[in-house]
Amino acid sequence: MFEIDPCREAFRTLEKREASKVPPELVSLRRTAFSRFTELGFPTPREEEWKYTNVSPLLKHQFKFSIEQPANGLTAEEIHSFRLSGLAGAQLVFVNGLFSPKLSHTGELPSGVKAASLSEALIHDPGLVRPELARTAPYGRNGFTALNTAFIHDGAFIHLSRGSGCEKPIHLVFITQTPSGPLISQPRNLIVLEAGSRAAVIESYYFLDGKAYLTNAVTEIVLKEDASLDYYKVQREDARNGFHVATTGVRQDRNSRFFSFSISLGAKLEREDLNVLLGAEGSECTLNGLYLVSDGQHIDHHTVIDHLKPQGTSHQLYKGILKGKSHAVFNGKVFVREDARKSDAEQVNKNLLLSDEAGVDTKPQLEISNDDVKCTHGAAVGQLDEDALFYLKSRGLDDENSRDLLTHGFAADVINRARIDAVRMELDRELWAWLQNDHLAGETK
Amino acid sequence: MKKAEELINQEYKYGFVTEIEADTVPPGLNQDVIRLISSKKKEPPFMLEWRLKAYERWLTMKEPTWPKVHHPPIDYQKIIYYSAPKQKKSLSSLEEVDTELLKTFEKLGIPLEEQKRLSGVAVDAVFDSVSVATTFKEKLKELGIIFCSFSEAVQEHPDLIRKYLGSVVPANDNYYAALNSAVFSDGSFCFVPKGVRCPMELSTYFRINSADTGQFERTLIVAEEGSSVSYLEGCTAPIRDKNQLHAAVVELVALEGARIKYSTIQNWYAGDKEGKGGIFNFVTKRGKCAGRNSKISWTQVETGAAITWKYPSVILQGDNSVGEFYSVALTHNYQQADTGTKMIHIGKNTKSTILSKGIAAGHGSNSYRGLVKVLQKAAQARNYTQCDSLLLGDRSSANTFPYIEVRNRSARVEHEATTSKISEDQLFYCRSRGITGENAVSMIVNGFCKEVFKNLPMEFAVEATKLMNVSLEGAIA
Repeated sequence: MFEIDPCREAFRTLEKREASKVPPELVSLRRTAFSRFTELGFPTPREEEWKYTNVSPLLKHQFKFSIEQPANGLTAEEIHSFRLSGLAGAQLVFVNGLFSPKLSHTGELPSGVKAASLSEALIHDPGLVRPELARTAPYGRNGFTALNTAFIHDGAFIHLSRGSGCEKPIHLVFITQTPSGPLISQPRNLIVLEAGSRAAVIESYYFLDGKAYLTNAVTEIVLKEDASLDYYKVQREDARNGFHVATTGVRQDRNSRFFSFSISLGAKLEREDLNVLLGAEGSECTLNGLYLVSDGQHIDHHTVIDHLKPQGTSHQLYKGILKGKSHAVFNGKVFVREDARKSDAEQVNKNLLLSDEAGVDTKPQLEISNDDVKCTHGAAVGQLDEDALFYLKSRGLDDENSRDLLTHGFAADVINRARIDAVRMELDRELWAWLQNDHLAGETK
Repeated sequence: MKKAEELINQEYKYGFVTEIEADTVPPGLNQDVIRLISSKKKEPPFMLEWRLKAYERWLTMKEPTWPKVHHPPIDYQKIIYYSAPKQKKSLSSLEEVDTELLKTFEKLGIPLEEQKRLSGVAVDAVFDSVSVATTFKEKLKELGIIFCSFSEAVQEHPDLIRKYLGSVVPANDNYYAALNSAVFSDGSFCFVPKGVRCPMELSTYFRINSADTGQFERTLIVAEEGSSVSYLEGCTAPIRDKNQLHAAVVELVALEGARIKYSTIQNWYAGDKEGKGGIFNFVTKRGKCAGRNSKISWTQVETGAAITWKYPSVILQGDNSVGEFYSVALTHNYQQADTGTKMIHIGKNTKSTILSKGIAAGHGSNSYRGLVKVLQKAAQARNYTQCDSLLLGDRSSANTFPYIEVRNRSARVEHEATTSKISEDQLFYCRSRGITGENAVSMIVNGFCKEVFKNLPMEFAVEATKLMNVSLEGAIA
């Protein structure tokens, strides 16, 4: 069982190892977070926020904490397939949550742009890291976030100075390798865009071996005035043995722009929390999501958009396709606070069920405390339109192709919103493969 | 254009207390009180047993905290659980009714005679907790329809009560339902036999009167195969300083091919403009479409009560059954409403429609909370939900909490929600056509609610429109 006690042991080991290296503020942050974790424990379905996601299958494993780099490192060839073809730009690789300089290359980053490991940044750039660390992803309510915070150790640190820009996307690759049994890795990422800067970041999660593991990631994003970030998250964990829990906290300043694109392809159980605070006037966010859920998977997306100040805009589109015995959860909350005049919030969640055993729980939620707003939300669960299917068949397509075409169209609506060609094309290939896979599986049955 | 404040500040029209000698028990709740209630009502032993069981369960339960409402804690030992206007003997005609009582009804604008003559509505008036007059009973009797007070039904039709009581809302369903099951004093019972269409709208007026009396009514409507019935419920209550608890339970059972239409206008005292006083309206309403092709339709207009906590639901058990929920909820000043519905699709081809219109003005808080659940066997289930909120005033709030749980691929579930205020364009357009701002607002709000109002029976639709105008005129400054 994965319980609090082994976590405590691992926590002590970590503290001892790093006693001399770590700045005192971090020590106390970790301690506070750990004691909060022991109070919170792991969530249960009795909690409203976890009503539809039971993490008990995850807790059955005895995960070992990943604190140091495995001795036998990976080679560049082994991870070659994890590159997105056609994507040029810096690539930071993390194995079991720890930075691997050997596998990474930052090339020539434009001036003012930093992309490094968090553990290094804690030492070399404490002035940039410390004021923002653990501020946008509060650990008071979520046991997993508290646990990650208690073990803040490594991850990516991206910083763009005032007015700087990075044309090419920065790719963060997280790989889990489990040669010596079940493992928990806890990357901690911090992305800070100073006023007027712009960047694109891709965060991808992959796995290598077939043992059980848990990725418990936390990413914090801070967008200062007029900053603009395109943020892609591609989750391709092991659909049989991989557990993925992640919290992304975003804080936006005046007129900043956040564009996010979240793709869930893998994981036996995924829980993704994306919390955006539109903290100043005129900030804008666009959240897109697509989840392809196959037999045996459970995918849960929670989003919170908090309109705190006037003239904020948020647009949200999450779509899911389910087959086999699978389960998807969507919970999107939009808050419009008393001050947030002229807020414009739109949220849509649509789900397509391709099997009799699939289930969806969706809960779009609006809490509005200002009258001068325009807010809408919609949710739908259904199957392919019989009329559209009939139309395609009448044009000579067979049943299978017609269904695939319609299903593809359903997902393409989201995929086409990806603004990086490499990501869009990769996803399209991925989607066709996913649809084909279904038929192969069907034939072998 | 008249300023908002003037109209908002209008005092509650129906605020008065009728002085009638009331037969009450001391405040507080324990087994003895329950025994006393049961014995005062001369109930058969099975009822007492049922009440005591519910009470035991209630003791182990906790008050729900999930609704988005705030109120001071309720002291359940300070509530008087039984109060009945003193009556010497059973009455057969209006002349025998206490003249004070009749006057009260007149002030409310619902004189029984008038109702009888003009609208052809049979009125079972519940004054505080005991039914005092029932009309048109004879007429209904000819058709085999039973329409009487709950206590009368317990006396005269114990088999039916035994069979259906608690069959839709079990005694331990939730905190307030358990409390109601233990202490309910009276209510209405309606039974429509096989193949009978009830020829008139059935209606009850509830009214809280004696100070500090929680009112716990219980309504049970059973429609047998192929029958149909339309039931109206409306309420007003006098001004009070202390909050009053109102925890009712309504159960509807529709057998094969039966249709039940249940309409409510709720206008309990909402508290003054500082949010002081007002009724706590914690109600459990649920219908079961037990047979094939049955239909249950809820329509509600909620304008009163300090706090409303109410989710009229439908269990769609029979194949092809239909559930509907039409609601207008209005909160003003410091009123809070957390209301919505649950549609549980169990049978094949079941359909449900949810149409909810929330209006929040002043400091009002208005929440829609709904559940659409499609179980695995519910092939071809269909739900359409629309909930719109209109905000009037920058201190009001509107929330939407829809839960959608689907376990069948052939199901189609859609949910749409919008929140907005009345746009300047709309107002400008109306004004440019010579309509005053205030009339424009009233027109727009009534238009906003129209889809729901049109589902109300005629008599109520008129009353509802009036009620909205009174409650809302000038809510936009």
